[in-house]
Amino acid sequence: MDYEVTIGLEVHAQLATESKMYCSCSTDYRDAPPNTHVCPVCLGMPGSLPVINKKAVEYTIMTAMALNSTISRYTKFDRKNYCYPDLMKGYQISQYDVPIGVGGCVNIEGDDGTRKRINLTRVHLEEDVAKLWHGEGHSLIDVNRAGIPLMEMVSEPEIGSPEDARDYLVKLRNIVRYLGVSTGNMEEGSFRCDANISVRPRGRKELSPKSELKNLNSFKAVYQALQYEAQRQAEVLEEGGKLVQETRGWLGDTGRTVVQRSKEDADDYRYFPEPDLPPLMLDEKWLDDIRSHLPELPEARRDRFMNQFGLSLYDANVLTGSKPLADYFDECLKLTDRGKAKELSNWILGDFSRLLNLDDIDIADARVRPQHLLDLLALLDNGVIGGPAAKVVLEEMFRSGQEARDIVEQKKLSQLSDEAQLLDVVTQVIANNTRAVADYKAGKQQALKFMTGQVMKATRGRANPAVVQEILAREMEGE
Amino acid sequence: MKLSHKQVKHIAWLARLGLDEAEVDKFSHQLSNILKNFEVLQQLDTSDVLPTTQSALLSNVFREDKASESLSKTDVLLNAPRQKEDCFEVQAILE
Ligand SMILES: [Zn+2]
Repeated sequence: MDYEVTIGLEVHAQLATESKMYCSCSTDYRDAPPNTHVCPVCLGMPGSLPVINKKAVEYTIMTAMALNSTISRYTKFDRKNYCYPDLMKGYQISQYDVPIGVGGCVNIEGDDGTRKRINLTRVHLEEDVAKLWHGEGHSLIDVNRAGIPLMEMVSEPEIGSPEDARDYLVKLRNIVRYLGVSTGNMEEGSFRCDANISVRPRGRKELSPKSELKNLNSFKAVYQALQYEAQRQAEVLEEGGKLVQETRGWLGDTGRTVVQRSKEDADDYRYFPEPDLPPLMLDEKWLDDIRSHLPELPEARRDRFMNQFGLSLYDANVLTGSKPLADYFDECLKLTDRGKAKELSNWILGDFSRLLNLDDIDIADARVRPQHLLDLLALLDNGVIGGPAAKVVLEEMFRSGQEARDIVEQKKLSQLSDEAQLLDVVTQVIANNTRAVADYKAGKQQALKFMTGQVMKATRGRANPAVVQEILAREMEGE
Repeated sequence: MKLSHKQVKHIAWLARLGLDEAEVDKFSHQLSNILKNFEVLQQLDTSDVLPTTQSALLSNVFREDKASESLSKTDVLLNAPRQKEDCFEVQAILE
């Protein structure tokens, strides 16, 4: 039978503020000893009062705008009550019926430019929870993380495949990174994703009971867990079984999901408006001010790279798919004319990216700064070095941080264009390859390419191929 | 409405407060008085008044995003009934 997959994603992003959501404890908890970024508000002490972090609200508004949500002019916070000791107050201050952002959408697209629209339900602001460790017979609580501003972005349950879910997630992360509102780091847990998925026979109206997938701490985990779960649910239906609503955890090492708990009823969080926090009235002036300061977003930047610099859709997509990469490219183009754009993009996406990936280095931290790369390309364009040598020089620049000109000099990599110097090598190569010479004379142009390759090899890539071809042709004719 | 000693003890337990008999007696009078005032308020006709959760009529109360000193670890854990490895210790939570 043919099955239809329905996926909804709930994404949480820790906001990159200096202080927590409702108190002034530092958010810098990662290397901090347990319970050192904690105050009476974090502890829910009687008499302590929360106060809203303005920047966190601003960051959420920025994101909601970038996600095309409608901004609520009136918004408020609510208490979400539950029995789990990861918040000392016994409730989470979240947003219930009037989130900051209502609705919204993101476009995802294939490499061929086909677009799909994924709708969002809401964007709201809440607080992160404490970290728990479960041991034998007891659990330990570190409150440092509790109260860090957490933004939740909820998609409509209308994503049709694990691939689309992954693309949507990549898009969301790229947007929060462009905005600078979150580091978007999944491995560190500052960008987290829960996924709901259900499978039904194609054409059937009502959705099947959904699984809620947890413990998805990388893009790969999200994709693999959804693929596994889509298959598992289809198999259950295939065998005439019934699906049940449950929470399942992803186990990366075995590549499976396992039941954590089954949910008979909907959770009852007994939401009510937070009496300690006055509501927010988001006035037009503030919103206009925020809107006018929004940075250029990925799609706009991609279009600019295509229009302004003539890049292909594919190249522009890859470059703008990473903010640091796009920033680097822009930085280069500030220092040179746009005629160099295509060549620069080729180097950045080609050899440079290969080196960055090998060493797992972010381009923003690379020793080869934009001016250094341009210096290298200038040597190449002026014929001082050839293409193969340029690759060697780039790698050396990348490793040692030296400048291109120094490396060319030290390693004697400059291009050999001097006829007298090249003639010796050419003569030698002709003597060693009588067969190819005969082929060439018989009219096989292919042989010239082969012979040029031999000379390049003999000079370890330094020979100027154009000059070599010229000498070769002349010398072989004269044989 | 008069609160019984039993009800006060129950509220105290919910709030994790240990009260002796004299205190139970004192608070049952005080709390009953408060409730009596609500009975007075309830006589008002509020059919034309919208429900609200805020009485101070404030909005947009913010703090700037500035981090400052937190409590010392000792103070944080001061009220913890049990602690271990600088963490609060609670009974095992089964997922
Ligand atoms: Zn605090």
